[in-house]
Amino acid sequence: MSDLWPRIEPLLARVEKPARYIGMEMGTEPGNLAPRHGSGRAAFLLIYPDTYEIGLPNQGLQILYEILNERDDSVAERAYAPWTDMEASMRAARVPLFSVDTHRAAADFDVLAFNLSAELVYTNLLNLVDLAGVPVRNEDRAPSHPIVIAGGHCTYNPEPLAEYVDAFVIGDGEEVISELAEVIGAWKRGGRATREAVLRELATIPGVYVPSLYAVEYDGPVVRSVTPRFPDVPAVVDKRTVADLAEWPYPKRQLVPLVEVVHDRLNVEIFRGCTRGCRFCQAGMITRPVRERPEEQVRTMVKEGLRRTGYDEVALTSLSSADFSGIEGVVADLVTDQEGTGGVSVSLPSLRVDAFTVGIASELQKVRRSGLTFAPEAGTWRLRQVINKLIIEDDLYAAVDAAYSQGWRRVKLYFLTGLPTEMDEDTLGIAQLATNVTDIGRKYTKQASCTVSVGGFVPKPHTPFQWFGQNGVDELQRKITLLRNAVRGTRAQVKWHDPKATFAEGIASRGDRRIGRVIERVWRAGGTFQEWSEGFSLDRWLDAMHAEGLDPDWFVTRHRTRDEVLPWGHIAAGLHSDFLWQDWQDALAEHGLPDCRWTPCYDCGVCTDYALEHVVASPLAPAGGSQGTGQDLSGPAAAVPVRFLGTKPVVVTT
Amino acid sequence: MRGGAANPVRLQYTKLGKVRWISHRDVARALERSFRVAQLPLAFTEGFSPRPKVSFGLALSTGHESEAEYLDIVLAEEVDLDRLADRLNSGLPEGIRIVGVNALADRAPALQEAVTCVEWRVDVAHTDLTDVDPQELRDRVDAAMALPELPTTKRRKGRDVVEDVRPVIRRITVCDASSTHAETATELRTCVEMEMSTQPRGAKPGEVLAAIGDFTDIRARRMHQWIERDGARQEPLDADTRPRVPNAYAS
Repeated sequence: MSDLWPRIEPLLARVEKPARYIGMEMGTEPGNLAPRHGSGRAAFLLIYPDTYEIGLPNQGLQILYEILNERDDSVAERAYAPWTDMEASMRAARVPLFSVDTHRAAADFDVLAFNLSAELVYTNLLNLVDLAGVPVRNEDRAPSHPIVIAGGHCTYNPEPLAEYVDAFVIGDGEEVISELAEVIGAWKRGGRATREAVLRELATIPGVYVPSLYAVEYDGPVVRSVTPRFPDVPAVVDKRTVADLAEWPYPKRQLVPLVEVVHDRLNVEIFRGCTRGCRFCQAGMITRPVRERPEEQVRTMVKEGLRRTGYDEVALTSLSSADFSGIEGVVADLVTDQEGTGGVSVSLPSLRVDAFTVGIASELQKVRRSGLTFAPEAGTWRLRQVINKLIIEDDLYAAVDAAYSQGWRRVKLYFLTGLPTEMDEDTLGIAQLATNVTDIGRKYTKQASCTVSVGGFVPKPHTPFQWFGQNGVDELQRKITLLRNAVRGTRAQVKWHDPKATFAEGIASRGDRRIGRVIERVWRAGGTFQEWSEGFSLDRWLDAMHAEGLDPDWFVTRHRTRDEVLPWGHIAAGLHSDFLWQDWQDALAEHGLPDCRWTPCYDCGVCTDYALEHVVASPLAPAGGSQGTGQDLSGPAAAVPVRFLGTKPVVVTT
Repeated sequence: MRGGAANPVRLQYTKLGKVRWISHRDVARALERSFRVAQLPLAFTEGFSPRPKVSFGLALSTGHESEAEYLDIVLAEEVDLDRLADRLNSGLPEGIRIVGVNALADRAPALQEAVTCVEWRVDVAHTDLTDVDPQELRDRVDAAMALPELPTTKRRKGRDVVEDVRPVIRRITVCDASSTHAETATELRTCVEMEMSTQPRGAKPGEVLAAIGDFTDIRARRMHQWIERDGARQEPLDADTRPRVPNAYAS
């Protein structure tokens, strides 16, 4: 249990951003969350497999960190992926992966627990396990090695990492983390017998999937079945859901880093789950139902958080923050409280922007006016009905008009391309929307500009689009070129995500167990940091697929049929397969589906199967806009989901 | 509240230990957060986008330590200066500590212009990180100091430029005792004291060492900053002061 700091520090003078490796965040000092190790405590190393700046703000990881350090039978520290320069220095100096809290070697922990928020970090997971000095494959690990666990949205299709991760945790982590700590602590105190003993025990915890306890059979290239190898191992692993967010006011002590990170501000989660029903959105499908935090608790968390951290910015986070029942009251109070104090700015990420929410944004951003981001996602009403993003054009124009008239100069429009049924007129519709938006802007200012940001669509498991064959690289590139040509000579500017990265994400997104070896080959060929353009090369992925005898198009661009066993079929988010299939059929019929929070239930399966219900303070849809009904409910105001996008290492080329 | 009487205050702080790896900008952000945690009544600039009146002294490079960093702030109301350090320190990371506070005269010259000389204590190694013999270093220093010019290559805005660092060097003394940083150092190193000008431009300890010979800094700690006027020199905390208001109310 040695402190590696004396061996780490000499490496720091020669690496970029050495502060990534020192820890020392406010909130980790003794008396606060300082980790306390002890022989009987289950020691977790919580790892975000991307850089410190990307990983530190992750709220899920911070919540688990707090819960584990509050318990008297567990302890948690944190680690992040060292950048390539540091990794090279560490390997040369034989310094293993270490925690940033006490600079303890990763292999000294009982658990390496990874957060998986994006598929392209999978190669980093393998790299970090290796850097910890732990065998990368499950089957090669001994009882003395840490147990490798993963949680986060990507684990809803755990199969690509089934041979590398010992146990996956599906769903909300607040409750299940303590159950894990108890089982692993008991195993540790009992002298760490076989790995199989503890994994069998873990598999009995609801929400935990231990892939080595399941046999996968194939029928030609298709999965025939995934079957438990023991009677006490569940055939289907259901997600965990925290029924009431009010019981979990975490993080209570958000960490304040010394270096600038993404989302560098106080973050308060105002609700979890979203039932807008956007068919492309995995987060909205797997986090149902909607669970609002009580308005009073939000106020307290904001007030105490600001006072404790010294931050001058707070974000009220959720998947669609303007849908929060108490949004107007909370915002009004924040603005009043802050008058004359030098100012705290408030941001509402993933904001549904219609004229109503632009009004809120305007109140919040009295000083710092940057850009506003709207996410119509598709260029025509027809396609927006397909994807169930029920924004009528008047919604968008009203929102844009409100934004420009209230002083914003720059509007960013976010779109997906490669969506089901997408035709060239949909792509050209994006250009038309952008042109109309700049025309509206020029009524108010000559400097009005509009940036169109286009991401390639990757079908995700547990969504109605899970059966859809993704667009290939050439098709996405063709559509981007079509769009670029269409906006030439206008004031709109187009940015896009690299279609090659979209393709690689598609391999991992709906891959099965065989994709694990592909990920391992990409990692062994040096392919870490695949989310970063400097580290990414599609050729590495295609070479690896070829070497494994797998056809990339079969995994990525092929449409699935209803009777096909999907590789993630034994993982349940509560959504009935019948519901998803019907929603897919409705999509193809260009039929939209309003939000079930304020309309009758469609019986998607989540609330009924898991005995859950929406926790919302108001039974009425918030004011303004069409609210996702596609109908004009209240005149000019509209329901346009809008995002204030944070900084994120998106591979964007101009 | 904005406006009100202006109360300029000068603070001395340290940057020691692990926290030396954060940038000057990160230090500034940590201090500004500590002001907000302490709910310090800072004065704000006028205008559309008010900023707190805080002005930092000389920058300290990432990786360097210091016992003598300074910044000036303006408070919108009187506060108890005797309690100020404690109030701020509870919101600062380990290693950054407010160690001195003094009331500053109105319109005192800005730190960046007023400070003309700094003193460093530096652990020295060869560029391949092997140990340096103190006598060898003494000989090289004496030889260098006898030269009229000491051209060295510096990295400025991403480009290499050749500059003469000889005018920067006031004094270099090779210490008899080994490193003062022994509390954290893994091994004892040959150590030097360096007194260097900061005007019209300064140099980093490592740049000076490289100009003298095959040397580099393993650990550099700023020990003093000096304001020199009319042949006398003062530490910034003792310069341009105004009497403290007795029995000031704590806010």
